Amino acid sequence: MATVQPGRTVPAMRARPTPGPLNRRRLLGGAAYAAGALALPVGLAACEKPTDGGGGGGTVTFGSNYSDEVPKKAVAEVLAASGLDVKINTVDHNTFQENITRYLQATPDDVFTWFSGFRMQYFAAQGLATDISDIWQSIGGDFSAAMKQASTGTDGKQYFVPFYYYPWAVFYRKSVFQEKGYQVPKTWDDLKALATKMKSDGLIPIAMADKDGWPAMGTFDYINMRSNGYDFHVSLMAGKESWEDNRVKQVFTLWRELLPYCQPGANGRTWQEAAQSLGQKQTGMYLLGMFVGQQFQGEVAADMDFFPFPQIVEAHGQDAVEAPIDGFMISSKVKNVDGAKELLRYLASAKAQNAYLRSDPNNVATHNGADTSGYSALQKKAVELVGGAKQISQFLDRDTRPDFASTVMIPSLQSFLNKPDDVDGLCKRIESQKKTIFAS
Amino acid sequence: MIGLLLGLPLLLDLVLIWGPALASIGLSFTSWDGLGEIRPVGLDNYVNIVSNYPPFWPAVWHNLLWLAFLGLVATPFGLFLAVLLDREMRFTRFYQTAFYLPVVLSLAVVGFLAQLIFSRDYGAANALLGRTDNPVDWLGDPSINLWSVLLLVGWRHVGYVMLLYLAGLKAVDPGLKEAAAIDGANEPQTFFRVVFPTLRPVNVIVLVITVIEALRAFDIVYAINRGRNGLELLSVLVTDNIVGEASRIGYGSAIAVILLLISTGFIATYLVQVFRREEDQA
Repeated sequence: MATVQPGRTVPAMRARPTPGPLNRRRLLGGAAYAAGALALPVGLAACEKPTDGGGGGGTVTFGSNYSDEVPKKAVAEVLAASGLDVKINTVDHNTFQENITRYLQATPDDVFTWFSGFRMQYFAAQGLATDISDIWQSIGGDFSAAMKQASTGTDGKQYFVPFYYYPWAVFYRKSVFQEKGYQVPKTWDDLKALATKMKSDGLIPIAMADKDGWPAMGTFDYINMRSNGYDFHVSLMAGKESWEDNRVKQVFTLWRELLPYCQPGANGRTWQEAAQSLGQKQTGMYLLGMFVGQQFQGEVAADMDFFPFPQIVEAHGQDAVEAPIDGFMISSKVKNVDGAKELLRYLASAKAQNAYLRSDPNNVATHNGADTSGYSALQKKAVELVGGAKQISQFLDRDTRPDFASTVMIPSLQSFLNKPDDVDGLCKRIESQKKTIFAS
Repeated sequence: MIGLLLGLPLLLDLVLIWGPALASIGLSFTSWDGLGEIRPVGLDNYVNIVSNYPPFWPAVWHNLLWLAFLGLVATPFGLFLAVLLDREMRFTRFYQTAFYLPVVLSLAVVGFLAQLIFSRDYGAANALLGRTDNPVDWLGDPSINLWSVLLLVGWRHVGYVMLLYLAGLKAVDPGLKEAAAIDGANEPQTFFRVVFPTLRPVNVIVLVITVIEALRAFDIVYAINRGRNGLELLSVLVTDNIVGEASRIGYGSAIAVILLLISTGFIATYLVQVFRREEDQA
C-alpha cells in the first residue's frame, strides 16, 4: 500500500516505495473505505451516470496518477462526492510522469494530477496549463502564503491547486532518545555532538540510503537551505547560480563532516532498508519524508518521532521546510473549462481533503481549515512544522529541471557519497553539465 | 507472389528498423525536448557526450567488459560444461537442467535475486561468508558491483551457451572421433582439431548471441539500481535521456547512434571474416 510517493519523481522514480508489507491496520481501513466507496449511490468507478452536477455541467475528465490501490480508491471516493460528472483516467504513477510531456501535448484530460514547484512552472511556462488565478481569488484565504507561492508560475499567475503534502524531517525512535538521554539537536554542532555520543553508544548515528538516487537529495537540500537560505536554493535550482560557487562547495564540505556518522554503503541501500535499520534501533536518526511511516507498524510506528533539520547559520535558522506538495492543474487543451474549475474549487475545499486523508493518512492536508482531529501525533506535528515554516521547498528534483535532476544530480550525489574528498572536481563537473543542459 | 513475400518483410524492415535508425541519426544532431521546436546543433551532442558527461566513458567500458567477460569467460565455460555433459556421465540430465534453469529466468528476475543475495545488510552472501560485522557492499560499491552483476549474467549465459554446444556436440558424427582416435590423436587433440571445427555453425550462433547479449545488456542493471553508480551501460544512458521527463531526445539519440556504431563495428568485422573465409573456400 504505497500510498505516498516519496518526494521525488525523476523518471528513474520507478523506484517508488514498494508496497510495504506492513500497515495491516491501514490496509483494512482502506478496504473498509473502498467498500464504502462501492456502496455509494453514484457508481463512481464507472461514472457513466451524469449527476445533477454543480455549475460546471457536462463531464470533466480527470487524469490521475493515483494508481496505487489506496490512493486510487480514496481519490475516486472524493471525486464521487464532488457532485460533478467526473470521468477518471488512471495511469500508473511512473508511466504518467514519464509521459507527461507527450500527454499534455496530445489529448490531455481537463484536470490532471501533478506536483507543485518547478515541475508545475515548467509546463505552465510552455503554455500547457490553464491560468487559474480566478480560482485563487476565492480560495486564497484558505491556504498559507507558502502554499500560494508553491502554486504560482514564473509569470505570477496561479496554475495549481495544492491537495496534500508530506514534509521531510529527521526521524528517530522516542524510546531510544529517552533511554540514552539524548536531546533533540537544535544546531549543527548539537547534531554532531549527538552523533558522536550515539557512536560511542554503539549506534550508527545516521541512517543513509541512496540506491534509488533521490533520497540523498533531501540531505543536500537541507544543508543547502540551512547554510545558504531558501532563496539561494531556488536560484541554484533554477540554474542561476554557479555550482562552483563557494556556497555550494560549503554544502558538500558540511555534508562531509557528517559522513563519518552515516551508515556506510549508502549507494547500495534502499530507503526501505535504511528505515528498517532505524526501526530495529541499529541506527539513531534518519532524514526522510513522512512516507517513511509506511515501513513501521504497531509499537514501532507509535515510537516514531521527528525533529526539523538543525540550524546551521543563524540567519537562516530552521526557516525552510522541505515538503513536496501534490495537487491538480488544468491542461491548456481543456474541453470543459467551467467544469474543471468547479472541480478544482471543490478539491481545494477542506471537505474534499478531509475525505481524502481519512483514506490515505500518510499525508497532511494543505487547506488551513482541514479537520485535523483525526490526525496521528506525527501528522499533527507535521502540520506544526510546515505551519511554522517561513518557506516551503519542494525537493531537489521538483525544484529544478527534470533532465538536470535525473541525468546530472543523481550520479553526482552518488559519486560524492563514494568519493567525498573531491568536492572541487565534483562541483566543476556539475557546473559544466548544468551549463549545457540549461542552455538547451 | 514472391514479390509479396520478399516485399513485405523488406517493407517492415525499412519501416521498423531503418526508419527509426535513420530518425535517431537525424535527431542526434539536434536539440529537442519533445515539446518545443527541433533545433539543429551540429556535433554539439557528440562533443558533449564524450567530454562533458561523466557516466559516458564508464558506460562504454562496462559494455566492453561485459563483452569480454561473456566472450572469454562465460562462453568457454559453457563449452566446457557441454563437453563434460556430452560424455554421458551419471545424472547428466540433472546437471543439464540445473545449468539451463537460469536461462528461463528473465534478467529482471535475476536482478531481483541479486538483491536477495547481494544486499549489504540483509543479503545471503554476506551471511554465508560470515561478513556481518564488516559487510561487503556487493551492489553499492562501484568497484565491485559490476563483477557481482557479471557473475549473475555469466551464470545465466553459461547455461545458454552450454545448451547450444550440447546440441552441436550431439550432432557430431562419432565416426570422426573414432577416426581421430585410430590415427593416434589424444583427447585434447581430437577435440580442438576435429570436433571443434565441425561445430563452426554453432560457434557462429554463440558468437552472435554473446555480442548481442553484451551490447543490449540493460534489464539486470536497471532492476538493481537503474544502471548507476558503477553499473552504467550505454543502453541505460539512452533510456535515461530519452524516456521520461528528462526528454533530452537529441542527446539520447546521439548516445544511441554511438551504440549503433559500436554494434556495426562488430557486425562488419564478423561479416568481413565470413566472406573472406568463403572466398578462401571457393
